[in-house]
Amino acid sequence: MAQVTLDRVRKTYPNGHEAVQPCTVEIPDGELVVLVGPSGCGKSTLLRMIAGLEDITEGSLSIGPDVVNHKDPADRNIAMVFQNYALYPHMTVAKNMGYGLKNRGASKAEIDQKVAEAARILNLGDYLDRRPSQLSGGQRQRVAMGRAIVRDPELFLFDEPLSNLDAKLRNQMRIEIRALQQRLGVTSVYVTHDQVEAMTMADRIIVLNGGRVEQIGTPSEIYERPASTFVAGFMGAPPMNLMQARVLNGAVQLDGTTKLTLAPPAVATDTVLVGFRPEDVRLGGDGSAVLEVAIVEELGAHRLLHGTLGGQSFSISVGKDETAQVGPQPITLPQDRVHFFHPERGTRL
Amino acid sequence: MADLTQSSTLQTSVSTPLRPRIKLRHVVDHAILIAGAFLMLFPVVLVLMTTSFEDADIVKHGLQLGFEGKMLENFEAAMFEASGFTKTITGTRMLMNSMILGLGFAIGKIVISMMAAYAIVYFRLRFATLAFWIIFTTLLLPLEVRILPSYEAIQSLGLANTYTGLIVPLIASATGTFFFRQFFRSIPEELVEAARIDGAGPVKFFIDIIIPLSRTMIAAIFIIMFVYGWNQYLWPTLITTDEGMFTLVRGIKQIVQVLSQTGAMIPEYGKALALSLIAMIPPVLIVIFFQSWFVKGLTESDK
Repeated sequence: MAQVTLDRVRKTYPNGHEAVQPCTVEIPDGELVVLVGPSGCGKSTLLRMIAGLEDITEGSLSIGPDVVNHKDPADRNIAMVFQNYALYPHMTVAKNMGYGLKNRGASKAEIDQKVAEAARILNLGDYLDRRPSQLSGGQRQRVAMGRAIVRDPELFLFDEPLSNLDAKLRNQMRIEIRALQQRLGVTSVYVTHDQVEAMTMADRIIVLNGGRVEQIGTPSEIYERPASTFVAGFMGAPPMNLMQARVLNGAVQLDGTTKLTLAPPAVATDTVLVGFRPEDVRLGGDGSAVLEVAIVEELGAHRLLHGTLGGQSFSISVGKDETAQVGPQPITLPQDRVHFFHPERGTRL
Repeated sequence: MADLTQSSTLQTSVSTPLRPRIKLRHVVDHAILIAGAFLMLFPVVLVLMTTSFEDADIVKHGLQLGFEGKMLENFEAAMFEASGFTKTITGTRMLMNSMILGLGFAIGKIVISMMAAYAIVYFRLRFATLAFWIIFTTLLLPLEVRILPSYEAIQSLGLANTYTGLIVPLIASATGTFFFRQFFRSIPEELVEAARIDGAGPVKFFIDIIIPLSRTMIAAIFIIMFVYGWNQYLWPTLITTDEGMFTLVRGIKQIVQVLSQTGAMIPEYGKALALSLIAMIPPVLIVIFFQSWFVKGLTESDK
């Protein structure tokens, strides 16, 4: 177990493309950090740099007390779970799990004992003699986990480990991985593009966009106080409503007709982006804000109403007991849960 | 609609449900296959029958249909009777020489081309692609083109009439390198990375992961190369002058050239034909034995 420190770690490819801009993060011992972002945001590159599968262009990476920039992946005492599991197809489950130990010169008895222990934790006892091709997706995923835990690594790296599983299994494995990680207390870095996975599993989330770190924070910090319009739009489903507004005479105005009864942000700008989480908005009100509902989405536990507010698209989420129909609906915008962003830079005001 | 129902009732009434229906298509397929099999097998059967005749009959009447009593005798002579000008080589010896050539040729080609492909695919060599294309263009330079310099080199190294001289100049293989390169490139990158994290160095990765994954590919190339090596004629003819080093393919020719000492002074056709039948057996066995792997190697990949 170890603390992982990234100090201005940067990745530039020979063709000049900057995949990861200088990134500084400290991951304390035992924490699970999720790297999240859309495809091509550099999250996998960052993970692969930590693993040692990609060279670090600049900056320093330490695992525990040592700087490991130039260490081989095998010498970093890490274990990695890949998206397609990367199990050795010609080896049995037991051999797959024990291969890393064997290469480190562990004795046969030690390998057997550790593999049996991992198999017990992961409920794989009955499958030790099978080949990966004879296992289901979830079982393969477990074997990949087993291969990671038998080595008692200081750091787990997960590269979108659940994206090849179906939705139900994904939810189940999400909980299993989290429980296992907490039980073993191993520092972990987890890459995903799924914001639900990020929210549910992380101690802390790092949101990446275009190779740049947009925000680092706990799931609730990220959700409650997104640092930019990108984070606001990426985390949460449906995403936060973001609308262009003008600040006139100390009031926020959407367009000619819709005036929001809101205190404007402290920073003085003419225009501003104003954001509301769909679930923070309530139906009913004094008529100062009217949502033109175009579509009602029925989700069982709640309903999503999509429409326009002051000519700009707007969605709200209401409880299943509230009446929802197409047409104009008065809504109440929360005074205390409003987010303001800079109109050009997109940063939080 | 009416037509449709009518024709379907017609069909059901015609076909009797209990008898398996013979489709015309199947009959045609089988007829073609049987004709093909006959065409391929007939020469072999003809040769087998001819081996049962006296050499004199063969000289007089050519290949024969039917059976006489000499078959066993001819096969025995082919296998165990010393022949050639120097009377030093038997069929068994030639079979062994051919076996050594075939196996050495196939195994050598597989080892060399696998290692070459491994280097090209997995090591960040500066000129890997160029090296590959240079290897690949050697396909345009078959043995026949470089045979004189090759002979000269082997001769001056003193390797004429040795197994080394017989095998080594032939084992560089552009085809094998190409096949293995394509195969290695289809192995998922993550597998390589997982092995790196598991602490497998280049040699361990090659032995523990690459070789087992390439099993079917190795089998496929082994068959092709064994048969190809077994049938080599030109190079063994040049490099082996000592009759003790003769391979089967080379030796059969020799038997026909050496006139029988039994008095009649005619070529020992029966013996030569028997030997050519024997020469067919090992490649056939190899193909039968490896054929399921061969098909797998060419069509599917267990990854």
